Amino acid sequence: MRKFDVNTVRKDFPLLARQVYGKPLVYFDNGATAQKPQVVIDRINQFYKEENANIHRGVHHLSQVGTDLYEESRKTIQGFLNAKFSEEIIFTKGTTDSINLVAFGYSKMLKPGDEVLITEMEHHSNIVPWQMACEYSGATCKYIPLNEKGELDLSQIDSHFNSNTKVVAVTHVSNSLGTINPIEKLIEKAHKVGARILIDGAQSLQHFKVDVQALDVDFYVFSGHKLFGPTGTGILYGKKEALDQLPPYQGGGDMIKEVKMSGTTYNELPHKFEAGTPNIAGGIALKTAIDYFDSFDIQELQKYEQELLEYAESEIKKLEGIRIIGEADEKVSVLSFVVDGAHHFDVGTLLDKQGIAVRTGHHCTQPVMDYFGINGTVRASFAFYNTKEEIDQFIQALKRALTMLG
Amino acid sequence: MKIEEIENEIIDEFGVYDDWMDKYEYIIELGKDLDLIQEANKTDDKLIKGCQSRVWLDSEMKDGVLKFYADSDAIITKGIISLLLRVFSGQKPEDIVTADLDFIDKIGLQEHLSPTRANGLLSMVKQIKLLALQNVEK
Repeated sequence: MRKFDVNTVRKDFPLLARQVYGKPLVYFDNGATAQKPQVVIDRINQFYKEENANIHRGVHHLSQVGTDLYEESRKTIQGFLNAKFSEEIIFTKGTTDSINLVAFGYSKMLKPGDEVLITEMEHHSNIVPWQMACEYSGATCKYIPLNEKGELDLSQIDSHFNSNTKVVAVTHVSNSLGTINPIEKLIEKAHKVGARILIDGAQSLQHFKVDVQALDVDFYVFSGHKLFGPTGTGILYGKKEALDQLPPYQGGGDMIKEVKMSGTTYNELPHKFEAGTPNIAGGIALKTAIDYFDSFDIQELQKYEQELLEYAESEIKKLEGIRIIGEADEKVSVLSFVVDGAHHFDVGTLLDKQGIAVRTGHHCTQPVMDYFGINGTVRASFAFYNTKEEIDQFIQALKRALTMLG
Repeated sequence: MKIEEIENEIIDEFGVYDDWMDKYEYIIELGKDLDLIQEANKTDDKLIKGCQSRVWLDSEMKDGVLKFYADSDAIITKGIISLLLRVFSGQKPEDIVTADLDFIDKIGLQEHLSPTRANGLLSMVKQIKLLALQNVEK
């Protein structure tokens, strides 16, 4: 286990040393994408310099090397999530792709009268695919509402689940509020009525450990790029029997057993869901990213991130006219806020010009914004490589922005 | 003044700023002087939706020149609109149609007019040009 020291860790991420507009970069947009450690960058380079070949189909040496590396990555991810079988790990382009894969399958399996249950907190990528599945199948899409703290309102929890509920899709952590949802309870409720449940892990795995067997979750999805890995990589974990039930999403090479002009039989898991040449370098480098991240005591990182969040919240509360959006009891290191009388676009622009990278807008969660009666927030999202000094710079920059906008 | 002359004047004005924050301080000031669209005219057909900020634009043809009135919910957007209207408002439609906007690049604000920025400004410029074109044809 590697000892966590933020100053040493920062040296692993070359981009953190750069400047923007002549100011040192303060990167607080980790919820959108995380920076990459040098080992991940090197791994991608090494693949293209020394190992590039297509996988799963060649007899030649390099093709075998690539296939082995790619399949090793699958095993690493299996271990990281504690999945039972490696074929339960499907490589995708990212969280959105993973959800679409599952929702497409359900669009073929759902019938009128069936219900899909989502929540008001979801990212658009965990709303729209399900609305589409309902549109195509005639099923109905229902949702669990929010409360004013930015948590799921579970006061009427049982009213949302019934024998018509076929699939439930819930985010583990809210991207715009930082709220950690009690997914154990939701998984239990879903299973009680015989429904499958998908958990969107795009904002969770970079903050804490997840064990898919202990959770007994049916589908768990995440993106590589938010977990310090390459963009264009993602994972769909699915219980073997749940994946076996789902029809294939895309047709093409690799996903077939036999193709005749009269019809096709599909390949076994995981290949049934992996049509076409995948992002090979990305998939291999995702293993490097996970190995890097997993070399730390993740609880230690989490504790540090919580300190950053508490510090940022206490400092920002000293400023006038700031309202924090999302005050759940259980939160990851995400600080979303609005400023009285100032537009989030103006605040974000003036922070940017001082070297502070935050995200502004509705964060692809328009229903959350509607619930709070706002059209957007400024979101600072912290990773374990961020520091209290950076938070001080952010607060100074914010003060200056507010003075200019006041 | 001709469009090109106004643009050169703006480039000169911005030439004194070498600090980004000073430049934005000035843009915010400009936003306060914008020829505002009347509240009653802020209807949906005058609204240009961006992902980040919203822009309202109204126009009126008077004595052979086109006058523009606008507003935005974001003050920086308002400041940049103010620059654009200083260039376009009160000009002949045919001059507006053929005008280029190189000055935005030259004063370092091109990011606000990029198609990916989605703050409504690029759509506003297109709308200004379209309104001008319609008035040329009249």
